[in-house]
Order: sequence, then C-alpha cells, then structure tokens
Amino acid sequence: MTALLEVEDLHVEFRTRDGVARVLNGVGYHVDAGETLAVLGESGSGKSVTAQTVMGILDTPPAYVMRGAVRFHGEDLLSATAERRREVRGEGIAMIFQDALSALNPVFTVGFQIEEQLRLRRGMSRSEARKRAVELLDLVRIPHARQRVREYPHQFSGGMRQRAMIAMSLALDPEVLIADEPTTALDVTVQAQIMDLLAEIQRERHMGLVLITHDLGVVAEVADRIVVMYAGRIVEQADAVSLFRSPGHPYTEALMKSLPRLDAKGTTLDTIKGLPPSLLRIPPGCPFHPRCPRAEAVCSVDVPPQERLGFGRTSACHFAEEVLNG
Amino acid sequence: MAELLEVRNLVKHFPVTRGVLFKKTVGHVRAVDGVSFTLAAGETLGVVGESGCGKSTLAQVLMMLEPPTAGEALFEGRPMFAMRGNALRDLRRNMQIVLQDPYTSLNPRMTVGDIVGEPFEIHPEVAPRGSRAARVRELLDVVGLNPEHINRYPHQFSGGQRQRIGIARALALRPKVIVCDEPVSALDVSIQAQVMNLLRELQGEFGLAYVFIAHDLSVVRHLSDRVAVMYLGKIVEIGTEDEIYRHPTHPYTQALLSAVPVADPALRGQRDVIRLTGDVPSPIDPPSGCRFRTRCWKAQDVCAEQEPALVDRGGHPSACHFAEERSVVP
Repeated sequence: MTALLEVEDLHVEFRTRDGVARVLNGVGYHVDAGETLAVLGESGSGKSVTAQTVMGILDTPPAYVMRGAVRFHGEDLLSATAERRREVRGEGIAMIFQDALSALNPVFTVGFQIEEQLRLRRGMSRSEARKRAVELLDLVRIPHARQRVREYPHQFSGGMRQRAMIAMSLALDPEVLIADEPTTALDVTVQAQIMDLLAEIQRERHMGLVLITHDLGVVAEVADRIVVMYAGRIVEQADAVSLFRSPGHPYTEALMKSLPRLDAKGTTLDTIKGLPPSLLRIPPGCPFHPRCPRAEAVCSVDVPPQERLGFGRTSACHFAEEVLNG
Repeated sequence: MAELLEVRNLVKHFPVTRGVLFKKTVGHVRAVDGVSFTLAAGETLGVVGESGCGKSTLAQVLMMLEPPTAGEALFEGRPMFAMRGNALRDLRRNMQIVLQDPYTSLNPRMTVGDIVGEPFEIHPEVAPRGSRAARVRELLDVVGLNPEHINRYPHQFSGGQRQRIGIARALALRPKVIVCDEPVSALDVSIQAQVMNLLRELQGEFGLAYVFIAHDLSVVRHLSDRVAVMYLGKIVEIGTEDEIYRHPTHPYTQALLSAVPVADPALRGQRDVIRLTGDVPSPIDPPSGCRFRTRCWKAQDVCAEQEPALVDRGGHPSACHFAEERSVVP
C-alpha cells in the first residue's frame, strides 16, 4: 500500500558563504490518512526544512535538494512540474506556520486572504468565496465571524490569528496538514485550545497531520507516531506510547531526562553535555557521539544504520537494543 | 527573618495617547496594578503568568528601569524608589538582571571581556583596574565558559553560551538579588537544563536571591521556593512551590496548571483538564471586580461587584471569592 505522504532519503544542503551546510542527511518518514505524526527535534535538527522541501517552498539558492523523493499518493513531487506542485500545494498538502503574524499579509483583510485561493483555485465568485470564508472562520470557532472576516491580522489576538491561519489552510480541503510549531508562540491556555481544535478537525476530516515541534509535552498529548530528528537525520521512530515508555536512542533518552517536570520539584537536572553540532562540520560516524554517554570507538567511525526494534520501531544507534532495554 | 526585598502595592500604568501634535491621554495600560510580595535572602520567588500579565513590567520597575506609578519597595528595609546618589549606586550593585533574549541583550561590538567587565567601570571599588581582567576570567570560569575566550565577540557563541555571558555580567558586582526575566525560554531543551542547573549552583555558592520570571510552569517549579501567579497585572495566588502546584486554590492557577501538556502519553484523556475559553481581556479596560471572572467557570454576581482580596484562604493567599483546593497536576 502506498502511504499518503512519504519522504524518502532526503538530502538537502545549504550553500552559504561559510561553506556547505548539510541540513538534511537522509530523512525519511511517512504519514497516512487520519494519522498524527510528530516530528520532534531542537533548533537546527532539520524538522522545518524537511517540511519546506515537502511543500516546495525552499529558496534555491541557498538550498539544494541533492537526493531523495517526496511522494504524495505515490507520485514524486520533486520531479513534478511547477504547475503540478502548485496544484498539490493547498489542495493536497497545506501548511501552517509558527508565527501567524508574519505568515499573514498585513495589508489585506483576513477574509480576503482566505477568499483569494477559493476564487483562484475553485473559481468562486466574490460573494460565494466570502460566504465560504465566514463558514471556515466559524469552523475554527472565531466568534462573530461575519464581522471579523473584514478585519486585518493586527486586529486579531495571537490565538485568533493562529485560528485564522488554520481556516486558511483548510480552505481547499487538504489531505495532509503540516503544522510547523503551531503553538510555540502561544500561551499555555491558548495552546490547549488550538491543539484541541487541530485534533478535532483532523479527526473529522480524516487528514494526515504532520506536527513539527520541540515540545515533548505536546507530542505526548497528540501524536500517534513520533520521529526524532538530530543534525539532519532521523535518530528514532516509534509509536508515541512505547517511545515515552522506553526510548530506543540515547538522544531521546537524554532529552526526556533533561526536562523539568511539572509534577515534582527536582534537584539537579540531567543535561546533555556540549552543543548540537554545526551543520557545516557534522562529526563523522554518529552525529550524536560527542555528546553521547554511551559512545564507544565505533560511534566516531561508522554511521549507525536504522536498527529495527520491532513493532515498527527503528533507532539509528549502534547500541539500540541496549538503550531500549535500559 | 529580615526580608531582603519587600514590595508593597506596586503599580505601573502606561498612558495610551492619541494625536500627534496635541497628545491626549485616552487611557492607561494597567500593566502592574497593585502587587505586593517579599523576598528573603537566598530564596527564589517564581513569578508565572501568560503574556501581558505584567511580569516583565514588574521586572523593569524592580530594576528601576521604569519609574513606578505608585507603591513602595524596600530593599533591606530602606525605600528604594526614593534613593539617590550613593545609596542608589549601592542598590544597583546589589540588584542585577538577566534578560530573556541572549541575542539582543549583549552588545555585538563589545568583546565578552568588555561586556562582563563593564559593571566595574561604574563600580570600580568592586575590582580595581589592575585586577579586572583576572576577575572577568574568574567569572567566565564560574559560569562554565572558557576563560580563554575573553576576547571573543557575542556572535561567536551559541545561545546557551550567550545566556551564560549575561549571567556572568549579572554576577560581576556580587549582587544579593538577581531578577531573571525568562532566562531560559529562548533556549533548546537540552541547553535549558544546563542553564537551569547553573542558576541553581550559583545560588548555593553565592547565596543569591532570585526573582525568577517565566511562563513555563515546569521551569518555575523546578527552581522556585515560593511562586506568585499573575493575571492582568495582579497576583492572584502566592504560596510555596508545594502549595501552588499541589494545592492550588485559585481557578486561574488550576486552569494554567492543567493546560500544561504532560510528557506521558499514558495519561492521555485521563487528566483533569480545565479548558478556558476566550482570550485575556485588554489591560487598558480590565473587567470590574475579579479580573479573571470573564473566563472563569465559577463566576457569580459578586465577582463582578467585589474585587477579591489576596488573603489567606485555605492555607495560603488566593484572590478568589470561591477559592477551593483542586489538584490538577498528576
């Protein structure tokens, strides 16, 4: 069976003045209809660049896709024509961004920005598009949608702007929604509202949802499956429950231990020593080895393959089995 | 035990003006609206709240970067806001701040040595000219940076390292209080833990008191002895870390705690989650009576008529007419 969206062995580099940054080094994941895939990683891990490659919105230069495939219903988008890509964008795969204020155009009303795509892509008249825009704002529970459709982004609060962007992304009924840190800029009480809304819309429309985040808490609450990224690679993938119960990669394990807990006042937190590597100079072998408490000689020489751990789990660690078994 | 810092009824309003030529004040942003608390030597008071609750304005006023509209603050028993000349210089030596964004709070044209050593220009008595470089190296070492990097510029450091530079600068004058305004929120999880551990170590080593401002409730719990929860310019609940996290009595505290996602998928759907509706009202025109009533599920007529005082209700101060304990953290 072909997956709804599949990313395979993606290699992307950024050619900068300081040298070539290897931003993605063989990233692969897939998401099916009705499924929530969380992509977890820290800044610079490549989680957003992967999404931007899928959407075809990377700027070249500096970004170059060196290898790999992005398949939507089995069709490779990287080799598709610009016209075909535009068709898929919005209708097949839509994306929402972290900072809704800069993602929305400040000089057009929120309504206009939703209607634009309906008129261009669906051939709706102004009044039809307006009617549909109001319905969409209603759907994402923006109160007084009829009035608010005429307002500008700056007149919306942070949470409302994020709702408006979700409404916009749903206008063409996409099959996959990629949400790049959708709640990072929001307060916790508003974050909870937006995550509930996303989960509900996903359930109702049976969409595939790719949720990009650095927040382990958010991941634990909504993800079906999780991929963990580090230095442009996927280091671990597993279903949410087993990943949190027993991580299979030292990086995932360390990340979980370094998190302060809401349910207990801790003493000293476990930390991950050092810093994530510069993508201009990724260490040889396993990119995590200079920071890894379990590293041995082999780790600085051989890149660990994706070790299968059963139940669809994989871990890119030479000692994956041992990590998994504690 | 004598309090190091005592804040009484602190108010900070910012005027909202209209017009270009004849500026007319049309209202006030009530950023901080009557805040009182105390801070003992060597203690950490956590201040939590969502954006716009006034926690950063509180930091600015405490550091005397903004004059207060009303209210009083005592440092070691002496009124701070009336201080001038030497008394004020002395106060500034004793109170330092660490800011949120390590990218904008360090001057990109100054070396790390100049940044960390700059406080000595104003307070030469702390480190005589000849011993400054040595003192700066020592400070870099204390915060876990390589003292050899004294001549580097901020852009040559990562976010976490820059935050350490900011901390070294704050430590330079051996203050008694450091106000930390969201010191780890710009950092990645793995780096955040390093900086939090550093803050804790420094507190033990130098007997520092912290006013620790953050929006992340887990971070605040981890570092704080006592915690104040702010909403729209007011403290709605204050107590020990245990009282606030395990026995919260104010509905806002309960909602805030229950909204924090917990990193355990096994608890999905089993937690007592309180979903608030709507947004925080504007601080220009806050609701009458209790400011939280527009989003509160317990609100009654009395909440619109009478502002609930922050007084002991069931063990610790809580500003709710219907304060009642409800445990929401698993």
